[in-house]
Amino acid sequence: MTVSLKSIIEGLLFVSDIPLTPAKISNVTDGVSKDRVQKTLDELVAEYEELNRAFVLTYVAGGYQFRSRAELSSYILQLKKKAPARISRAALETLAVIAYRQPVLRAEIEKIRGVDVGGTLKTLLEKDLIRIVGRKDLPGRPMLYGTTKKFLEIFGLPSLEALPTLEEMDSMGMNTDEGRLF
Amino acid sequence: MSLSVKLEIYEGPLDLLLHLIKKHEVDIYDIPIALITTQYLEYLKLIESFNIELAGEFLLMAATLTQIKSKMLLPVLNEDGDDEEEDPRMAIVLPLLEHMKIKDAAEALERREILDRDVFSRTTSLEDIGIEEEELISVSLFDLLDSFRKIISRIEDKTHMEIILETKNIEDRISEIIDLLKLMREAAFEKLFIKDRSRGELILTFLALLELARIGLIRIFQNQTTRDIKVHYVEESELAEAGESEEEKLLEPDHTNDKIIELKRNGDQAG
Repeated sequence: MTVSLKSIIEGLLFVSDIPLTPAKISNVTDGVSKDRVQKTLDELVAEYEELNRAFVLTYVAGGYQFRSRAELSSYILQLKKKAPARISRAALETLAVIAYRQPVLRAEIEKIRGVDVGGTLKTLLEKDLIRIVGRKDLPGRPMLYGTTKKFLEIFGLPSLEALPTLEEMDSMGMNTDEGRLF
Repeated sequence: MSLSVKLEIYEGPLDLLLHLIKKHEVDIYDIPIALITTQYLEYLKLIESFNIELAGEFLLMAATLTQIKSKMLLPVLNEDGDDEEEDPRMAIVLPLLEHMKIKDAAEALERREILDRDVFSRTTSLEDIGIEEEELISVSLFDLLDSFRKIISRIEDKTHMEIILETKNIEDRISEIIDLLKLMREAAFEKLFIKDRSRGELILTFLALLELARIGLIRIFQNQTTRDIKVHYVEESELAEAGESEEEKLLEPDHTNDKIIELKRNGDQAG
């Protein structure tokens, strides 16, 4: 019995709890070329999208993963008996600075946010949303921060390049802020 | 009152400036520096009157603002219009713009389909990301202060007759508020000041509320459209399960329309 490459990949994706990269899939399929894997993945993405099922094949953090549709969140949360993941404003703003300005020093983050970020950085490090990417060649060799793969996974980003640029956001009119607090 | 509250807030001087700029609907590129400086200093005075320890950044900004203000007063001596003096206000406009951009970026991040909030993958580790659970106090200090100022001014409008007979202390006030909220679960912010007769009592209530928020017994929400501030009592059962809270969380009143603003406390040795 022969199994199609598409079925194999679909099965791998079905059981995986992390996004699978084309390279990883290629590794476990006796070296089917990455191009072929990628092409098959593209087909699968399109098929699931078209089927309009409860879940879609999402391209995230450089890999592929089945994810439920956002409209189902309230039911899923009840099933899991869980409060939705919440990320505080302070964490979000600090993450935003790091995502856009990395590698970035703590002092630079504080300059932009205008407040001490020591505690927030600690929490973000613990949650593996940011990491120390190096040290700057300055007195005291201060640490440089960057975002992690988990950051991409949590925010559903294929890669850092997928973040809209700050300038794009301006032109998308998100700057006009009715109901914003500050 | 010799009580000193140390509060680490996630909002800094730039947030306060933005708050003032929005409030007075002024052009960020043409900030009326005298007005904004005066207002800014008033806020600092107000905050300090509660003995809340201000982060040094607030004072630094106050100095910067005052400096800009005085520079603006000096005549610009332009010889042959040669060296164009830079607008001294740029010293704050640029950081403000950068700050706003990041706020927008943070909001854009929040609007994304977030894993374990909006979308779910197969067998996630189910580990909660719950980044804020331990430190959510939920409220914009500046909006709180605005409300509080209104309340204070109401009292001060009345013929001034402050009889200082302060027998109450903050602990008493805290337990009074808890009793009230246990009964009502939720109350309008202003309503909690209704019995206060003097400035001292008002401040006591305000500090009691801050303390309650800090220890997580209450949450303070603001409705985005009406801007009404509501104080919500956190049930003990919710407290006990803080973080892992299960059904309670789902039964919580729907505050989707309320903007939850966190007064973020970064732990005591955040530095």
